[in-house]
Amino acid sequence: MQATTAPAEKTVEPRLKRNRKSISYAKWGYYFIAPFFVVYAVFSLYPLLSTFYYSFFEYYRSGLKFIGPNFVGFENFKTLFANGDLVMYAKNTLIMWILGFIPQIVFSLLLAAWFTDVRLHIRGSGFFKTVIYMPNIIMASAFAMLFFTLFSDKGPINDIFISLGWMDAARPYQWLATTAGNRGLVAFMNFLMWYGNTTIMLMAAIMGVDPGLYEAAEIDGASSTKQFFSITLPLIRPILLYVVVTSMIGGIQMFDVPQILTNGKGLPDRTSMSLVMYLNNHLFSKNYGMAGAVSVVLFIIAAVLSFLVFRFNTRKEER
Amino acid sequence: MSNTQAVRIRKGRSTLTLRRVIAYTVLILLTLLSLFSFYVLFINATRGHYDIQKGFSFLPGRALMANLNNVMSSSEMPVLRGMLNSFIVATGSAALSVYFSTLTAYGIHAYQFKGNNAAFKFILLIMMVPTQVSALGFISLMNNWGLRNSFIPLIVPTIAAPMTFFFMKQYMESNLPLEIIEAARIDGSGEFATFNRIVLPMTKPAIAVQAIFTFVANWNNYFIPSLLIDNKNMKTLPILMAQLRSADWLKFDLGQVYMLIALAILPVVIVYLCLSRFIVGGVALGGVKG
Amino acid sequence: MKKALAVLMALAMASSLLAGCGASASSASTAAPASSTASSQAAPAEGKVLRVYCWNEEFKSRVEAYYPDYNKDTQMIGDTKVEWVITPNENNAYQNALDEALLKQSTAADDQKVDLFLIEADYALKYTSADAGVAMSVQDVGLTDADMADQFQYTRDVVTGEDGVQRGISWQGCPGVMLYRRDIAKDVFGTDDPAEIQKLVSDWDKFDAAAEKLSAKGYKMLPGFDDTYRVFSNNVSAPWVTDNKINVDPAITQWVEQTKEYTDKGYNEKGNLWSSEWSKGATDKAFCYFGPAWFIDYCLAGYTMETSEADGGKAELGNGTYGEWAACAGPQGYFWGGTWMCAAEGSDNTALIADMMKTMCCNADTATKLAKDVNEFANNKTAMKALAEDTSFGSNFLGGQNVYGAMYDSAEKIVMDKCTAYDQGLNESFQTAYHDYFNGTVDKDTAYANFIKTAQEKYPELKG
Repeated sequence: MQATTAPAEKTVEPRLKRNRKSISYAKWGYYFIAPFFVVYAVFSLYPLLSTFYYSFFEYYRSGLKFIGPNFVGFENFKTLFANGDLVMYAKNTLIMWILGFIPQIVFSLLLAAWFTDVRLHIRGSGFFKTVIYMPNIIMASAFAMLFFTLFSDKGPINDIFISLGWMDAARPYQWLATTAGNRGLVAFMNFLMWYGNTTIMLMAAIMGVDPGLYEAAEIDGASSTKQFFSITLPLIRPILLYVVVTSMIGGIQMFDVPQILTNGKGLPDRTSMSLVMYLNNHLFSKNYGMAGAVSVVLFIIAAVLSFLVFRFNTRKEER
Repeated sequence: MSNTQAVRIRKGRSTLTLRRVIAYTVLILLTLLSLFSFYVLFINATRGHYDIQKGFSFLPGRALMANLNNVMSSSEMPVLRGMLNSFIVATGSAALSVYFSTLTAYGIHAYQFKGNNAAFKFILLIMMVPTQVSALGFISLMNNWGLRNSFIPLIVPTIAAPMTFFFMKQYMESNLPLEIIEAARIDGSGEFATFNRIVLPMTKPAIAVQAIFTFVANWNNYFIPSLLIDNKNMKTLPILMAQLRSADWLKFDLGQVYMLIALAILPVVIVYLCLSRFIVGGVALGGVKG
Repeated sequence: MKKALAVLMALAMASSLLAGCGASASSASTAAPASSTASSQAAPAEGKVLRVYCWNEEFKSRVEAYYPDYNKDTQMIGDTKVEWVITPNENNAYQNALDEALLKQSTAADDQKVDLFLIEADYALKYTSADAGVAMSVQDVGLTDADMADQFQYTRDVVTGEDGVQRGISWQGCPGVMLYRRDIAKDVFGTDDPAEIQKLVSDWDKFDAAAEKLSAKGYKMLPGFDDTYRVFSNNVSAPWVTDNKINVDPAITQWVEQTKEYTDKGYNEKGNLWSSEWSKGATDKAFCYFGPAWFIDYCLAGYTMETSEADGGKAELGNGTYGEWAACAGPQGYFWGGTWMCAAEGSDNTALIADMMKTMCCNADTATKLAKDVNEFANNKTAMKALAEDTSFGSNFLGGQNVYGAMYDSAEKIVMDKCTAYDQGLNESFQTAYHDYFNGTVDKDTAYANFIKTAQEKYPELKG
């Protein structure tokens, strides 16, 4: 969900570049993008490629000794897919992402609609917009520490539920020991960290809708709800799609929240272990071979996703 | 006014009131939810170790000054120095990352060169690669180059920030008409000067947004710095925080841990509040017109 | 579009192969661990820099207090500068940094070499085995058996490699005892006398019977799942790993069965170690905790106070359950914690390190001071025996009881000859995997499968 920091999409403006005599300036393009690519090649590409390279080797640290690198072909990938766990971690990641994304998009839409509703006229919307964004600036580790104490078996949340009579004091709900509890908390924390961001993006989209359409609807006597569903939603569809895609990128990169909340263990029964957490397990033990294999799989998923983004962007331009 | 119209308006008013009540209730609840963590963090910073260990409280404790003194007094925990280091790293990263990513975005946006499109797609692709993938290779590379206990590996790599690039690119698409650059050329401005004098100021709001994001991310970063920095005078705040958490039992003190978290968050909150107008406006900058 | 991607991927693959070759060549040269002969080639003159690797400030404050030659302000010992390289444990950063430094030891400049590093029991063998070749034998450093005669045997076993050579030394012992509530004991068993209570828990069958009695009166035997784990795991009959095969010892299985039964019958508070449920037990219904000296003074005593000292509470009877506690040996001897010093192969400060080891770890005066100043159970039999017999050395928290006698007996009983380099990871993974079983989320077989899975992620060479 981190990825949602990126903004809206390309505009429909016609490309003017082609009409320009820009050829003589083309070399400046190379100069300007050079630092980025040089730094990327030096600091990131080389480590990335060596990671991929080792996916074909048995190569890990045992104590202080290195085992390998011994070429093993696709052995690491076979191990990876043999027990079906990778699919399970992909599923966990997907579930935790969806659980967080649904409230994120629902609340963001609701808030965005309210903030932009002239008739509703929310006072202090500047304050609210600032505040809903703030959870994003706490470090995830501090955030997780708090959730630990809040949702412990005898923590304040259970105390409240017990005093409301929703829960038996003798059998408090073990949030941090159940699959639903853990996944729910991960999703909730992700929601809390990112809904402000999404709200602001959707708001921008809604503000771009032609006010005349609403005036016309008003005259026809359409209620706010009806206006929202028949004017706003269809018109901000591109931005919605964009939010989904960028959030999905954040989703496959999901790591710090479940990592810290479950102490890196993906409890219980590994049902809250995300793909990147699994990768991290192999990195932690310096297993370059298996870590490389997981990285390649992650990279392929990322490549497929980015292909979808291209498609989405291209279609927009054609429209 | 006809009868039916009056009824409709009255009905409209009552639904409007109802909607307002719902909207404000939800907003207030979300505000509480969002500020709650800050509240608890700061409350815990005022509580003693054993009180925190035993659970949760809404009321402040009496250990504020004790926690502050303890955190500040250790010679192996130079907190102020840590703040300065974090500030250097975070500011340096933010400045370099934003400047060069904007430059890259501008290069791809404004110049039609061979490979332009491929470069753009390449950056989009690497944007989605999780950072963990290359972390180990990066660490051993830096070790081999003798860059332990140096800020270079923490700051320089941020020059290549795909997310920042993408944001800036999108922003330029809708907010930086190429005619302006053309006009500058006619006025005899050099290409590089055009970027610095015209493009940078025009993209300032977007730059502010990305600057604060990069600043916060690097201010909070533990993973890579913890593997490269062990000189106490170069440690950043997250490393000091982890050091507090792995203290021996004689010294382990959750009160200090929360105090340091509070001290680490405070500057970011202040920076954020100062820039919040930019941010709230800025995220929407790339905004589409329906 | 598709084409661009395909070309990109192909390029990436091709250059990865090229890049990879370079990488494997360079890492091969750094992969060789520091040569074990490095020490004999060390310069005869002592180095001017003593680089100490550790994960917190504990050792530094001990050196400040008990190594008189150390100048706190200049951080010098004589004309040798002490450099403290502190890397936190979190995320395994300490071991990563230490490994990185030790692997570079043979090529590092003299002043950049690791001279002294600290380790913990659970992973000691990773560094003290002959195979690793990174820690010097204490004999080579300059300590004799006579120097160490007064140390508890288990503290020497922990850092002794498979070849029988001791490669580290500790100033502390951490023998654990069973700590119980006097008021609950009186209520349920009619006595709070440590000798009497010890008879009621002297083996695990009696311990279980006591748990049942406590439960009948509404108390809980234990605050959490993990309290007895170390007691069982320190008394295993075989090491965790033999010939790369993981072996779950009957003692560990017994812990699983006991804890499952206690959880299902409500004999414990279902707390994870250090959770708030677990520590709250001390003022609630929990009868006993297990821990060594540091645990009593720096953890449990704090949990028992209703009003904490930070909030103006006093450490006295009547504040929560403070002073309502007592200690006995419990069902089996065990230890928890402890830090060992190792001299790194290749160090050019061995004479200084030898002197530090002797002064800090082999000196009865230092040991007595450690006990009196910071309530440490020090690694010195003579000094601890004397304290155990000193009637004035009682603890307010334990109602005046002198716990050093019980600890001394426990320390003498500990046998630590089953260590492996895998203990840290396996103990952690095992406890975590079986928490799911205790909580009822998975069955026993799944818990075992998850344990093996995690173990193999940590140590790819192991087999289930």
